Amino acid sequence: MVDVTLNTERVHTITALVNDKPGVLARIAGMFSRRGFNISSLAVGVSETPGLSRMTFVVEGDEWVVEQVVKQLYKLIDVVRVTNLSAESAVMREMALVKVRSNADTRAEIMQLVDIFRAAIVDVGKDAVIVEITGNEEKVAAMIKLLQPFGVRETMRTGRLAMTRGAASGARRERAHTGGSAPDAEVVP
Amino acid sequence: MQLTGAQMVCECLIREGVDLLFGLPGGAILPLYQTLPEYPKLRHVLVRHEQNAGHAADGYARASGKVGVAVATSGPGATNLVTPLATAMMDSTPIVAVTGQVPRAAIGRDAFQETDTTGITMPITKHNYLVMDTKDIPRVMKEAFHIARTGRPGPALVDLPRDVLTETAEFDYPEHVNLPSYKPTLEGHGQMIKRAAQLIRESERPLLLLGHGALISGAFDEAREIAERAQIPVITTLLGIGAFPGDHVLSLGMPGMHGQAHNNWAIDRADLIIGVGMRFDDRVTGRLSAFAPNARVIHVDIDPAEVGKNVRVTVPIVGDAKRVLHALAMQVDKVSRPDWIAEIDALRDEHPLYPGGSGGLRPQRVIQEICEATDGRAIVVTGVGQHQMWAAQRYVFKEPDLWITSGGLGTMGFEVPAAMGAAFAQPNRPVWSIAGDGGFQMTMSELATIVEHNTPVKFAILNNGNLGLVRQLQDLFYGGGRVASGYTGNPDFVKLAEAYGIWARRVTEESEVRAAIEEAAAVDGPALIDFRVEPEENVYPHVPAGESVFETIESPAGREALAWLT
Ligand SMILES: Cc1ncc(C[n+]2csc(CCOP(=O)(O)OP(=O)(O)O)c2C)c(N)n1
Ligand SMILES: [Mg+2]
Repeated sequence: MVDVTLNTERVHTITALVNDKPGVLARIAGMFSRRGFNISSLAVGVSETPGLSRMTFVVEGDEWVVEQVVKQLYKLIDVVRVTNLSAESAVMREMALVKVRSNADTRAEIMQLVDIFRAAIVDVGKDAVIVEITGNEEKVAAMIKLLQPFGVRETMRTGRLAMTRGAASGARRERAHTGGSAPDAEVVP
Repeated sequence: MQLTGAQMVCECLIREGVDLLFGLPGGAILPLYQTLPEYPKLRHVLVRHEQNAGHAADGYARASGKVGVAVATSGPGATNLVTPLATAMMDSTPIVAVTGQVPRAAIGRDAFQETDTTGITMPITKHNYLVMDTKDIPRVMKEAFHIARTGRPGPALVDLPRDVLTETAEFDYPEHVNLPSYKPTLEGHGQMIKRAAQLIRESERPLLLLGHGALISGAFDEAREIAERAQIPVITTLLGIGAFPGDHVLSLGMPGMHGQAHNNWAIDRADLIIGVGMRFDDRVTGRLSAFAPNARVIHVDIDPAEVGKNVRVTVPIVGDAKRVLHALAMQVDKVSRPDWIAEIDALRDEHPLYPGGSGGLRPQRVIQEICEATDGRAIVVTGVGQHQMWAAQRYVFKEPDLWITSGGLGTMGFEVPAAMGAAFAQPNRPVWSIAGDGGFQMTMSELATIVEHNTPVKFAILNNGNLGLVRQLQDLFYGGGRVASGYTGNPDFVKLAEAYGIWARRVTEESEVRAAIEEAAAVDGPALIDFRVEPEENVYPHVPAGESVFETIESPAGREALAWLT
């Protein structure tokens, strides 16, 4: 028996449908931090159902961590449904706004890069432009990297958004009644 | 019907079956207090400190099976509830805390006695509410009680701004709760129960580990049925004590850090562990990698997050312990296991419980005498420390729901207010508070409340003049460096009790123990015995934190053998 921790450290995308009430974000964020779960991104917005919001979390950890994240989310009274999305079955996107220094000399070069990435320039100022880009995190990161030499003044990223493919809403509901196992708890005196 | 918020709260409490509140008023909650006289069905017990209101509600809940209610004002009143809420959260006891809050317009402005009560208590309540509209009170109260008492029970808190209590609105009590996001699973999965029965059939050395969940769900008869049919020896965790009759031949006692050593050895040898309503806490398992190395595990719990949290599980069953065990009992075969039972009997003989040294009044002996004098049928409430462990090891309960202790949080001071709450819940049962001199002094202000209500709690202070369990850790693992664990100015507890008008005796000899207990029991009302126990006595066995059964210290002699541990 015991603590054979699965060593499949990886990144997981979890979405949750939650009540749209004051304090819900604090409940969820508090649960993540007090239980020591690592979230590398969190996105929130209203859902198709009035009164409910949808959140997307990117969680780092092995299978045990993900199972616990799902179960602990379910324990919160305001969480209606939790879905663990796999890369194959879902579309995952992030959007970023990037403010880049530009002048008459560099503007054309920036526009070229923006075209290649199918991004868009959404604001042009005297000495800067704002680029809007959508894609997976790697694409967004690559765009920002290529813009760096021009002078990136500010970036704003939404964090990952995810949605299952096909007609189903929210895909298989995670109810994981399975056993897992924990790392040895910190020794308590 | 148009009612004020305060009237609504009272109406809701009555509809939820509440007849007793523990609390202490203040400005923000005053509208509720001023309304209480209109509702004579609601009896209010005025405590001396809000922490004690919370623990009293907890003791009341554990002794009655009902929801306990604590009331406090905003700010310091609410923050004083933090410890009892955390205690109830860890031990899954249903309490509802009703707190006052500053008026809505003042929230967020650091008003007098404002504190973010829902923010502070978020991680230590099952759920909490800040009510911003009077008309929401009925729904919120209904939900709070529902959440507190169903599924894995726990504390709920309702924070009520003063002007929400004074405003009026239409009162309409909902018949049902409508919480689509909260639906505890009660019935175990049929296929899993079948597999569990199969594992029991295949097993040669099974053990049943019963925790608090077995008691909460009332699975006493079902657990006994399975144990007897399939001849499975039963271990009860610290909070599961009483879930199986302690005097039954199949009852082994408590596992873990201070459990009888034979339990941990039995777990070491078992090929099947059936954990029911327990959570494989670190005090039970010790070092996880060495825990039950030969066993497969069936884990029954109503909280899915507990299943697979600490140990790898072969058959997970999420559901109510009583229902799952009822279904399982119908599928287990009648067998006998003479070899396994004989092996365990041999373990019991090999590892007897250390009886205590012969120096002075042995605390172990005091517990045994209380147990005998009350025939294993008193409600026993403890604090946290050595006295708690001696009580857990030696008070043999013949019935369920008599043992009340702070297991998960380990809250010193629990022994006084929780015993008071239990005595309110069970006026016809003897209630013994087995107290530490340390814990007792944390909450002894409630003696006044106890006197006011002539609450018949019998206090047995195992007075060793120190923070015994801390002193023990220092002696065993810190080379005897007794830092800040000795009390040199303890009061004369007999005189103290007498100052409150409470009957009291001091006992220094073992020969006086029984008579003092009988006398205290005969007193109509509260009583206190100051047992001056041997201060050097240690709790054995002691599995050092994070170690395995192989490192168990079973007696002072065993301590020498494990000298390397310091
Ligand atoms: C509120 C609180 N503070 C500190 C502790 C740490 N602690 C655990 S046992 C113990 C000693 C308890 O002393 P006492 O109540 O006299 O009981 P004894 O161990 O002597 O029987 C302490 C300080 C605790 N459990 N709870
Ligand atoms: Mg003491």
